[in-house]
Amino acid sequence: MRRIFGWVLSDNRGGGPWGGGSGGGGDDNGAGGGGGPRNPWGGQSGGPGPRRRKPGGGADITSLDDFLKKSRDRFGGRFPPSDGRPYWLYGLIAFVVLWLVFTSFHRISPQERGVVTVFGEYSATLQPGIGLSWPAPIGRVQKVDIENIRTTTIPDTTGTENLILTGDQNVIDLAYSVRWNIKEPAAYLFQIAEPEGTIREVAESAMRAAVARVSLDDAIGAGRSQIEQNVEQIMQQILDDYGAGVRIQGVAINQSVPPGAVNEAFLQVSAAQQQAQSYMNDARAYALQITAKAQGDAAAFEKVYAEYRVAPEVTRRRMYYETMERILSRVDTTIVEAPGVTPYLALPEVARRQGQVQAAPEPQPQQGGQGR
Amino acid sequence: MTGVLRNPIALAFLAIALLILVGSTFSIVPETRQGVIVRFGEPQRILNRYRPNETFGQSGAGLAARIPLVEQVIWIDKRILSIDMENQQVLSTDQLRLQVDAYARYRIVDPLQMYRAAQTEDRVSDALRPILGSALRNELGRRPFAALLSPERGQMMDNIQNALNRVAVQYGAQIVDVRIKRADLPDGTPLESAYQRMRTAREQEARSIQAQGLKQAQIIRAEADAEAAATYAGAFNQDPAFYDFYRAMQSYEASFSAGGTAENPRGRTNVILSPDNQYLRQFRGQR
Repeated sequence: MRRIFGWVLSDNRGGGPWGGGSGGGGDDNGAGGGGGPRNPWGGQSGGPGPRRRKPGGGADITSLDDFLKKSRDRFGGRFPPSDGRPYWLYGLIAFVVLWLVFTSFHRISPQERGVVTVFGEYSATLQPGIGLSWPAPIGRVQKVDIENIRTTTIPDTTGTENLILTGDQNVIDLAYSVRWNIKEPAAYLFQIAEPEGTIREVAESAMRAAVARVSLDDAIGAGRSQIEQNVEQIMQQILDDYGAGVRIQGVAINQSVPPGAVNEAFLQVSAAQQQAQSYMNDARAYALQITAKAQGDAAAFEKVYAEYRVAPEVTRRRMYYETMERILSRVDTTIVEAPGVTPYLALPEVARRQGQVQAAPEPQPQQGGQGR
Repeated sequence: MTGVLRNPIALAFLAIALLILVGSTFSIVPETRQGVIVRFGEPQRILNRYRPNETFGQSGAGLAARIPLVEQVIWIDKRILSIDMENQQVLSTDQLRLQVDAYARYRIVDPLQMYRAAQTEDRVSDALRPILGSALRNELGRRPFAALLSPERGQMMDNIQNALNRVAVQYGAQIVDVRIKRADLPDGTPLESAYQRMRTAREQEARSIQAQGLKQAQIIRAEADAEAAATYAGAFNQDPAFYDFYRAMQSYEASFSAGGTAENPRGRTNVILSPDNQYLRQFRGQR
């Protein structure tokens, strides 16, 4: 117990890094620290004092040195300090070796390229695999993913209207996205201050230039793929002029609609189109009906006519009698015997019949005339 | 001396001092920057100055030496930088208002001039921004609204770029490109009247589509009628006399025998026949 106390005490007072060593503590240090250098828990009394340095050395350095050694000992130090190779040298060598290994060898994934700079000057582009460069800080490798296709969406928040003027001075609400990847890694890194912001602004500018060349109807409907191609070309050209090292993979118009404020009027147009279609459908139905009826009637006539031609007189008479029979069997027939005789109309009978008719919605003028 | 070498602390101090010396003598000039070496505030020489069409690896980037403590490096961006303009309201010659948002891209091509005139890139941007705005207003104010939407917009942009370049040279900068990012009708009356025009145009289109539909429907009906007539004529023209008889029979039957139905009694027809009637020929025993 006393030993532990002594060690702790010595650590704090005698050789502590806080430089608390004093003359009075020297005795204490001698007793506790003497047992300490090997292993404070071992309990065996060590040889001479742990200090290599002459007592005349700087108090700060001495106490720091002492502390370092003690700390090392406490963690089961392996390297004896007496052979002239300070332990930190090993650490330094290990660190330098690791540093060299980690900063000279670079694993470049298949989709990446490594841009190597030596003292800031571009020297090479590393292909996929293990690449070698000067160690840092002489050489530096920036990995750039060239396969990854990035997407820039405009407007960047959905739900906001992105109004664009068309060539015929109308306004449309357009949402689109640009897909791009890096063509030349070195140019991408060194040429432009804000590549992504630049691509966004170039896209906006190119889209407005392209839409300003077409009419509203084209921008909403059939001209969309044409606009996409135009924007792609314009963007690629501008970015190549900047030397941005970027390839535009494609432009896609996600939404191209009239602004919300006039949407109702556009819906009216499509309603009108529907209505026009329904007019034409009605007409076509009528046309089918009327031509079919004509064909049916004509076919019927031709059948009868074929019969008629075989025996004209008989057929004609037969048809006449049959028709008359059907008609006269269903109507009231009066035959007046002789010319000049006024036919007697049975008035009660007519009146009775009129009574019946009055219940009906429309009176029969024929009967009314006969009744008088 | 050996004492110093054996002393790790002294060694560390030595190493740090050496590092500081090396660090203040040599500077790494990256590809993205150019530098002005200044001795007591007096510019001495330029590192990695921008040259048109240079290839990376053959530019002035790399290690550069200077006298420590005496000379200083002022770093200036070598890349293409941007000036973003505030929204500008522009009045065209035909008195239409437009909300214009433009940007310019520039590059410092003369670091020395730039250092003397503005010191930092931000101040170059600040100086050029109002110039861009006024150049834009001047140029657009001389043209009708429609020109902004036409292909001659390219010419307009070149004019603005030239105007801006004249000022940019004073700051050691070169304008790479000027572009209109947005050109919108301002909110309120101008936008509303554009909407109104769009609405009426659509209504006109809707009516015209309806009228066209009606017209087409009428044509379809007429064509069907004509076709039916042709069919009838083709059949009946074989024997007009028989057609007359045949059709008369159908017609009599339809007209006279209309007995009506229970729901719609159409009354009855009285037929008064003269004995001379053809139908009664046999009734009278005549031949």
